[in-house]
Amino acid sequence: MNKIHVTTTVNGDPVEYLCEPQETLLDVLRNQLRLTGAKEGCGTGDCGACSVTLNGRLVCSCLVLAAEAGGQEVATVEGIADGDNLHILQKKILEHAALQCGVCTPGILVAAKALLEKHPDPTEVEARYWLAGNLCRCTGYDKIITAVMDAAAEMRGA
Amino acid sequence: MALDTEKREFKIIGTRPLRPDGIDKVTGRALYGADMVAPGMLEGKILRSPHAHARIVSIDASAALALQGVKAVVTASDFSEAKGELMQNILENCMAQDKALYHGHAVAAVAATSETIAKQALKLIKVDYEVLPHVTEIEDAVKPDAPVLRPDRRAKGAPEGTPANITNLSNFGHGDLEAGFAKADLIIERSFRTESTHQGYIEPHACLASMGPDGKADLWCCTQGHYAVRDMCASFLGMSLSQLRVTASEIGGGFGGKTVVFIEPVALALSRKAGKPVKMAMTREEVFKASGPTPSSLADIKIGMTKGGKITAAHAKLRFQGGAFPSGTIDLGAMCAFAAYDLEAVRAEGFNVMTNRPREAAYRAPGAPIGVYPVEALIDELCIELGLDPLDVRLLNAADKGTKSSYGPTFEAIGLKATLEAAKAHRHYNTPLGPNQGRGVSCGFWFNFGGSTSVSMSVNDDGTVAVTEGNPDIGGSRASVGMMAAEELGIPYENIRTIVADTNSIGFNDPTHGSRVTFSVGLATIEAARDAIKKMCTRVAKIWDIDPDAVMWEDGHARPAGENAGNYEPMSLAEIAAIASKTGGPIAGHYEVNADSAGVSFGVHLADIEVDPETGFSTVLRYTVFQDAGKAIHPAYVEGQMQGGAAQGIGWAMNEEYIYGKDGLLQNAGFLDYRIPVASDLPPIEAVILEIPNPGHPYGVRGVGETAIVPPLAAVSNAVSRAIGKRMRALPMSPPKILKVIKG
Ligand code: FES
Ligand code: FES
Repeated sequence: MNKIHVTTTVNGDPVEYLCEPQETLLDVLRNQLRLTGAKEGCGTGDCGACSVTLNGRLVCSCLVLAAEAGGQEVATVEGIADGDNLHILQKKILEHAALQCGVCTPGILVAAKALLEKHPDPTEVEARYWLAGNLCRCTGYDKIITAVMDAAAEMRGA
Repeated sequence: MALDTEKREFKIIGTRPLRPDGIDKVTGRALYGADMVAPGMLEGKILRSPHAHARIVSIDASAALALQGVKAVVTASDFSEAKGELMQNILENCMAQDKALYHGHAVAAVAATSETIAKQALKLIKVDYEVLPHVTEIEDAVKPDAPVLRPDRRAKGAPEGTPANITNLSNFGHGDLEAGFAKADLIIERSFRTESTHQGYIEPHACLASMGPDGKADLWCCTQGHYAVRDMCASFLGMSLSQLRVTASEIGGGFGGKTVVFIEPVALALSRKAGKPVKMAMTREEVFKASGPTPSSLADIKIGMTKGGKITAAHAKLRFQGGAFPSGTIDLGAMCAFAAYDLEAVRAEGFNVMTNRPREAAYRAPGAPIGVYPVEALIDELCIELGLDPLDVRLLNAADKGTKSSYGPTFEAIGLKATLEAAKAHRHYNTPLGPNQGRGVSCGFWFNFGGSTSVSMSVNDDGTVAVTEGNPDIGGSRASVGMMAAEELGIPYENIRTIVADTNSIGFNDPTHGSRVTFSVGLATIEAARDAIKKMCTRVAKIWDIDPDAVMWEDGHARPAGENAGNYEPMSLAEIAAIASKTGGPIAGHYEVNADSAGVSFGVHLADIEVDPETGFSTVLRYTVFQDAGKAIHPAYVEGQMQGGAAQGIGWAMNEEYIYGKDGLLQNAGFLDYRIPVASDLPPIEAVILEIPNPGHPYGVRGVGETAIVPPLAAVSNAVSRAIGKRMRALPMSPPKILKVIKG
């Protein structure tokens, strides 16, 4: 099978890989680049555990072909903290105990960051609808929404 | 194990520190089941039955094995014979033997150098099936002419004429029902129905197995209980327990569904045959088709009540469908059904029936939600008929300390009445409702479990402490265990690191199930700390040259007590640790126990729901959970359990169901068609923690994980019924079903 050569950036770093035509961005992130923060909860675009951004736009990486990522800016959960400094969203998720098993957390963080970059002052209902593509089976969402609203307030204040 | 909350002021218990695994989990660093790799690793895939019920005449894997990159194929013949019926059933569920028993049942597996090749190889395996008639519904499976899954699995001791698919007869209760019903002013009898649901953990089952030519193996997997995985896999592969070391990965949810094995023995068998590490991960479709759903159920409930609201007699007949194997969940459903009430005459009986569906697996308080739902729904109907307040009626009948429970034992101190009173006094219960809105109430109960537990604790030279336990941390237990260790030792929480060790590192631990971890591991941690403290006091007694009994432990220091008080400068844990090598060597504490004093748990939920009469679409407006936690170690994670359980129960009530076609095939094996609640479906869920200490735990802890999934089914059903002014008696209450009742 002929592989496709792709040049792109992931979390600001230049990256090259060879992928099969049917391989997804999620597969390449996890299996080749060893960025296993994005999870495969469904592989069909229904759970959001694989959320990343492509040029700032929130996508399910299980629905993006690896070959499509060429020349774009891919951002994953591994790039959210600035070195040792956690992003406000990460801090708030921890402070509010907004994770139990934590497997949805990478996707929630990527999606919430995309929300606050676009809408720094969402209502709670808006936050709930924005995150409706990110399934969490553990928390009932209550603490996640509280954490996101708290992070939004702090980011506006900062 | 005496409760000693009375005499102590907690410093750390009851606060909300950050969890020790938190940073890993918000940065993507935490390693879950599918995140591990090994050099030379192969990918494993499973071939699954396209039929609901079929005899496997032959399997020909020669074409698959001829494909370049394919390293091994395994079928049922590659496993050892399991011992005992339960183990045989689990093994047969992992790999079909002479028959495929449900749509998606594993039939063969392949390991290849890439996933793509493994998938191609599956298509090349030729299975010759003789398709058999199938049955997927309870009503059909008990008919005299129903297809029989396995004649030898029928309930032992069942009366003559019992249909062959019936297993696990169940019967609990006491008192004279006839006399009880004779005293009632109103008797209502109704039938109810629920559908199968799935645990819906977001992480699919995944593992990495590696067996060497010497027969020693390592297994990495996401599981609630790696010791149980070890025991099952070793049995299925004919290994001794010491040959298999299992390490639990971080786990992306389990809710009971990850307490048994599915792919793990298959990966080990492939690795043994191929001589290389094999990684396997289920797809979401496989998770739905072949890992544990709950039973579906039918129930006939009859309750008699006086005009004043006193229940005079209660009877339940429950029928559960637990898939293609026997299932004891019916016992739990029957035991829980009336557990909240102090009743003179009560009986709950039932049976399980086998069908061509996946083997039922535990789901959070298994059996309790579907045992309790029809009872709580019927009590609500009685309250409406008699014009009584639903909380008052529950308070009047509530079980209390000394009540002989409906399933036998007499309750010790329990928190049901306090929980009901808290619900009654809460502003939620007094908020006015608008048109098309209804308020539902339900109680819920769960036994809680203790079980085998081992903890060990090393005091490091620098005064920090390593706690080693063996229960996968699903929802923050390393935080609560570390807090209890810090509290007992009297050192800062930050000075403790708690790890979940592999099966070789400490003694056996029952899985993370039964709401047992904070209770049992906590209890063992406190006792392990006391063991270490005793050793430290003995060392200090030697240094001071006084009797060890004359040294006491307080605030992280050894202090001279009694007549020696004040004679010596107290020594801190760090000071004692620093000179340990000179006073007798390393200092460690440990504790092993089969804990049997888990206190039972009760909860009460309030749900406000608005139903659109045009469409049947319902919206949860307000939701409040009241639950007795005994003692909340880390209240934020206790609230999280209460909120998460409520959300799962709301999903069960409103939307979730397994849908089988007439062809016996599962029609909705994905998150698009099996819809679990999303953030925009739910309101904020308020969690009110009550603390009625469990006398069986040193700090009073009761398990909290499971109870919260029990009340939502009836709370939501009662709210919808009150909103539309008609009774709903089947779950899930999706909009078309509500609309049908409104119109009907
Ligand atoms: S894995 Fe991509 S949405 Fe679920
Ligand atoms: S914390 Fe487990 S799925 Fe969200």
